[in-house]
Amino acid sequence: MSNNPQLNKSGQLQHLLTTEGLPASILLNILDTAEPFVGVTERDVKKVPLLRGKSIFNLFFEPSTRTRTTFEIAAKRLSADVINLNIAVSSQSKGETLLDTVNNLSAMHADMFVVRHAQSGAAHLIAQHVRSEIHVINAGDGRHAHPTQALLDMFTIRRCKRDFHNLRVAIVGDILHSRVARSQIHALTTLGVPEVRVIAPKTLLPAKVERLGVHVYHDMAKGLKDVDVLMMLRLQNERMLSARLPSAEEYFKYYGLTPEKLALAKPDAIVLHPGPMNRGVEIDSVVADGKQSVILPQVTFGIAVRMAVMSILAGS
Amino acid sequence: MQLPEAEDLLAALTDRMRQGISTDTAVVGIHTGGVWLAERLHRDLQLALPLGALDVSFYRDDFGQIGLHPQIRPSDIPFKVEGSHIILVDDVLYTGRTIRAAINELFDYGRPASIRLAALIDRGGRELPIAAQYIGATLDVPPAKMLALEKKANGKLGLSLYDKRQGNE
Amino acid sequence: MNIAIRNGRVIDPKNSFDRVTDIYIRSGKIASLGAVPPGFEVGREINARGLIVCPGLVDLSARLREPGLEYKATLESEMGAAVAGGVTSLACPPDTDPVLDEPGLVEMLKYRARGRNQTRVYPIGALTRGLRGEWLTEMAELHSAGCVAFGQSDRPLPNNRVLMQAMQYASTFGFCLWLRPQDVNLADGGVAHDGEVATRLGLAAIPVCAETVALSHIILMAKETGARVHLCRLSSAEGVAMTRAARKQGLPITCDVAVNHVHLSEMDIGFFDSNCHLVPPLRSLGDRDALRAGLLDGTIDAICSDHAPVDEDAKLLPFAEAEAGATGLELLLPLTLKWAAETKLPLVAALSRITGEPARILGVEAGHLTPGGDADLCIFDPDHYWTIEASTLKSQGKNTPFLGWELQGKVKYTLINGNVVYAD
Repeated sequence: MSNNPQLNKSGQLQHLLTTEGLPASILLNILDTAEPFVGVTERDVKKVPLLRGKSIFNLFFEPSTRTRTTFEIAAKRLSADVINLNIAVSSQSKGETLLDTVNNLSAMHADMFVVRHAQSGAAHLIAQHVRSEIHVINAGDGRHAHPTQALLDMFTIRRCKRDFHNLRVAIVGDILHSRVARSQIHALTTLGVPEVRVIAPKTLLPAKVERLGVHVYHDMAKGLKDVDVLMMLRLQNERMLSARLPSAEEYFKYYGLTPEKLALAKPDAIVLHPGPMNRGVEIDSVVADGKQSVILPQVTFGIAVRMAVMSILAGS
Repeated sequence: MQLPEAEDLLAALTDRMRQGISTDTAVVGIHTGGVWLAERLHRDLQLALPLGALDVSFYRDDFGQIGLHPQIRPSDIPFKVEGSHIILVDDVLYTGRTIRAAINELFDYGRPASIRLAALIDRGGRELPIAAQYIGATLDVPPAKMLALEKKANGKLGLSLYDKRQGNE
Repeated sequence: MNIAIRNGRVIDPKNSFDRVTDIYIRSGKIASLGAVPPGFEVGREINARGLIVCPGLVDLSARLREPGLEYKATLESEMGAAVAGGVTSLACPPDTDPVLDEPGLVEMLKYRARGRNQTRVYPIGALTRGLRGEWLTEMAELHSAGCVAFGQSDRPLPNNRVLMQAMQYASTFGFCLWLRPQDVNLADGGVAHDGEVATRLGLAAIPVCAETVALSHIILMAKETGARVHLCRLSSAEGVAMTRAARKQGLPITCDVAVNHVHLSEMDIGFFDSNCHLVPPLRSLGDRDALRAGLLDGTIDAICSDHAPVDEDAKLLPFAEAEAGATGLELLLPLTLKWAAETKLPLVAALSRITGEPARILGVEAGHLTPGGDADLCIFDPDHYWTIEASTLKSQGKNTPFLGWELQGKVKYTLINGNVVYAD
């Protein structure tokens, strides 16, 4: 437990599994490296030859077209070869264990695995068992972490607000089930954001969440006061089915972001959302499409940030 | 060893280049020293097309050995490369690999009509068939040393020498 | 064979005995301590100088995995592990495959265990058919076949009416119910303690009230029915407090704790170490300290290993999917000694938790060295350091959070019925 599974002996990033436990210097290096990649994505020729000859395997044990596509685009823009594997749960129950699958793929000369899995800790498990030359990027494991999403959110915040040290940031929604929220909280606190707030009903907050370094609010009006950055989380239908919430309508009334609620924040506050959005559940269309929303730039930045992560890992 | 004055070399280089300039000449500096030089050339030669800057980190051939450069600057080519006449500017021409990378990167922006190379110092030691059309001076630098351009506090440029072990190029 | 064990430090907690002396064994019984019995001819002499001689350990929960789960472990491997751990009597839970809800299965298990001439096996019978929590088993018949108590292992019994009636039926015959306090709905698929670590790691959580709510049901119904209850594997400070209060009321309740929970907490999960995926979960440091305090003041009567060998494939999975459980027969002694050393508890008190006290709870004659009693002994070297590794464990399960640790205390000889069944 003493050594960080993400760093190699020289303290360089070997795997990107979670934003937790990474020093600010490494997070900032990723953001700084992503800057020139934004320039690349704005050119006509959006490719650079950096990862030519490298093979990147997308191991998606949990389906996701959006995330998989952005990783695929990022890898291809680095001139890497991309192999997509959508490993449905049923093929796992045929007897091949998670690690069997990974070992078989390692034998095919993979350089990097991008892993998404429904269980927390899956990326850590894979990283512990791959050959030392293979790098693992966590594209989301259960409720635990989604580091590239948090990093692209940090990049977006920095582009709009410049200095992390002056900000009040609020994360709104289902913190309990959110790997995005956890990764955002670790990144924000590491980068020196002085006040990080979580706003949610009690049924959507994990135990002792304040120990992560956040202030807890149940009242959105109070929680959004003087906030510079609003990070909205997606609400899934299962929450109503598991008796955590009565209805999407009541949730929207008390925790959904409407123009009126947005007005309680600072006038130049920005709104982020990891996507896909549930319009009318956690966010009103007027806000989502409004001038304070940076949701579309997040997508572009997401490609640049993932290119940066892959480049840094491949070069270590 | 005695290093020449960068400002003197730049003045001589600028004069040498004057004949080869026209209204459709574009100048592109290679970060970081080449960009400083290109800024001065762009001003002193009164070029019409805007100045370009290239960071060749994504096109280098040594990524597998040394990984990504810690400080990558954005590349910015604000003119149309397709059909353009470009002069690439770098501070020290050595193995030629940086220029190879810069040419590859330029071609990803479009197909130039011509590319010429201007370098403040040619220190020999080519590992690729690259040659500069405009040179400030030729200098014999010991292989264990690196030659670099610096910008002093007053904005003037100067040359310095350091051991290869220190710092990155 | 007549055996003389010389110069060992004999510690017998039940008889408050702690002295360097000799022990003489004849015809499978303890003949005498100290003085040579008349007419005793020594067949074998064991030099126990520098060693501790104590009653063979009594382990209240060890899964032997037979019948049905032989790919995880077998009677042969696990009973080998038991004697290597100095365990001379053990209780095995009913969650085999099929579950121990038929007298024939119990008889077969006892027969096969007896045939090995190793640890005495006391099966805990299933309280409900198939452990499904709906219909009662033939407890009286199962008792005749050899079951010493009845329980649900860690399968839920959410219907309180069934539980209460099971208590009434069992207490008709004076049988004891062994119950794990965990409310299945409050636990709701959780895999870790509802605290800071589960929050950081994004693991589905089991709140403390899953234990305390179930405990309150059990305690209140036990009071109503007069049933004897043994609470299996307490995990929380509040659970200990509730048990303490219930015992103060004079209710016939005993309880145990798993040896892993005496030492570890949620912090040990680290980067998703599936060897720390246990039932009940490892809770906070405060909970662990309360368990220790409960052991000291007698609220918790006994420490057991809660031995559960798991095959490697079932552990090499993401934390929540990994099968719960740790191998423990061979760690019960060294981990108990570690607890004693850390809390500066005299060995005679510490060892009672794994000898006389569990024997009392099981209701069997074991866990003491009284002359005339069965010669079940554990002779160990308290100063021998050994590393817990796959190669040093006899159990087929190598799944323990203590893998790689160096622990102090190794069994040198185990005797059952006066026979040396294990020698290091």
